[in-house]
Amino acid sequence: MSQTKKELLVDPLVDNNPITLQVLGICSALAVTSSLQVAFVMALAVTFVTGFASMFISMLRNQIPGSIRIIVQMVIIASLVILVDQILKAYAFQISKTLSVFVGLIITNCIVMGRAEAFAMKNPPMASFIDGVGNGMGYGLILLLVGFIRELFGAGSLFGVTILETVNNGGWYVPNGMLLLPPSAFFIIGLIIWAFRTWKPSQVEEREYKIQQVEAH
Amino acid sequence: MSDTQSPEPKGAIAKFLAASPDSVGKTIFIAVAVCLVASMVVSAAAVSLRPVQEANALKDKQVNVLQVAGVYEPGIDVTEAFAAFEPHVLELSTGDFVDDQFDPATFDDLAAASDPDLSVALDNDPAGIGRKAEYRVIYLLRNDAGDLDKVILPLHGYGLWSTLYGFIALENNGNDIFGLQFYQHGETPGLGAEVDNPRWKALWSGKKLRDDAGDLQITVAKSQPAAGPDFYVDALAGATLTSVGVDNLVKFWMGDAGYGPFLAKLQAGEF
Repeated sequence: MSQTKKELLVDPLVDNNPITLQVLGICSALAVTSSLQVAFVMALAVTFVTGFASMFISMLRNQIPGSIRIIVQMVIIASLVILVDQILKAYAFQISKTLSVFVGLIITNCIVMGRAEAFAMKNPPMASFIDGVGNGMGYGLILLLVGFIRELFGAGSLFGVTILETVNNGGWYVPNGMLLLPPSAFFIIGLIIWAFRTWKPSQVEEREYKIQQVEAH
Repeated sequence: MSDTQSPEPKGAIAKFLAASPDSVGKTIFIAVAVCLVASMVVSAAAVSLRPVQEANALKDKQVNVLQVAGVYEPGIDVTEAFAAFEPHVLELSTGDFVDDQFDPATFDDLAAASDPDLSVALDNDPAGIGRKAEYRVIYLLRNDAGDLDKVILPLHGYGLWSTLYGFIALENNGNDIFGLQFYQHGETPGLGAEVDNPRWKALWSGKKLRDDAGDLQITVAKSQPAAGPDFYVDALAGATLTSVGVDNLVKFWMGDAGYGPFLAKLQAGEF
């Protein structure tokens, strides 16, 4: 690969973001972004898993038989996810209660698998680790953006600290309840993709087909 | 495979590593090796972290008992404060303690709910819990003179997305509610999860379960029922189904299928 290590780390943040450009990992992005704290822990967990999964898979890449490579990748990813889950349960019990099943679902996060298959199987361990961390951070960046909007306008708080005093607590702000429901994340992610592609027009995909203009005979 | 039994292990390993990864032997070897290493890592983590996790879960439950009884303050020694509570295993159908059959300190009433010997399937199941354990662990809090001050009863039931697990604290007359709190649920943040809102929880304080005629009147609803304000807790705005779930589960557990027999004995002053 001709990319430098810095490029590997920074590219997935905006230029090759796993959520906005590759459109991967959307389902968990809908589920865990209703509060910033949860989104933050989830971002850390995914970054840890993508980084180390890519590194271990890259270390084994010359030994992994092609016929069972996906299964070997899954075993490595799943073990790391269970490790993260166990550590959270032991040392961050309250957060692990709110994250509940979503930590386990990192296993099915397409970003982890996607980086393992697309990058780690072909590149040395260090580069793969950095690539994994970069992609985890790219995912985390969008998570935090979405979480910021959803928690601020949906619950009037950031990281659980009240910013806009809600009516329920005797304040003035009427929270937008829809922002706390998963569909709102669809709209926000859609808007973020639109903003990114307006900012970087090279990300706009070519149309798969065009409507033909047929001249009248 | 015969390579691995070669008398020169170093040479054999090098040869093995250089072999094509797609050979049958190597495929099996890699599969077994990866699974072995992964399972060792996972089980080592699970076993070594289990004591910490169990202590967390226990402490979490204890904190909730303290909170619902109104004696929790941040920073207090939870274990010490919890020691003031008297745990008992209660047989729901008779309302008697069966501490001689089960150890209240270790009896897991939620696990008992899925044990056919200790639970019954519910036909009439407004709380949506499927099976009901015959036995529950309850806590008594006595004042310094040794008189009963409060009883803390566990309850659970289905809301909108999830089962809500919580405690209700009753005054020693078995009819006045001191507090209600859920320690585990998966309701929508900002909507159903407002069951955790201190302002809403405060609404429960001072409400009564039954009217003078002994009928269960406590209601979570959008508007005040005929029974009057003493029996009415305002439903959560924007969380109708969670509110209905809480209404159902409180009525179920406080009713005859739940703690009814125990509460009758409590009112008679048996404890």
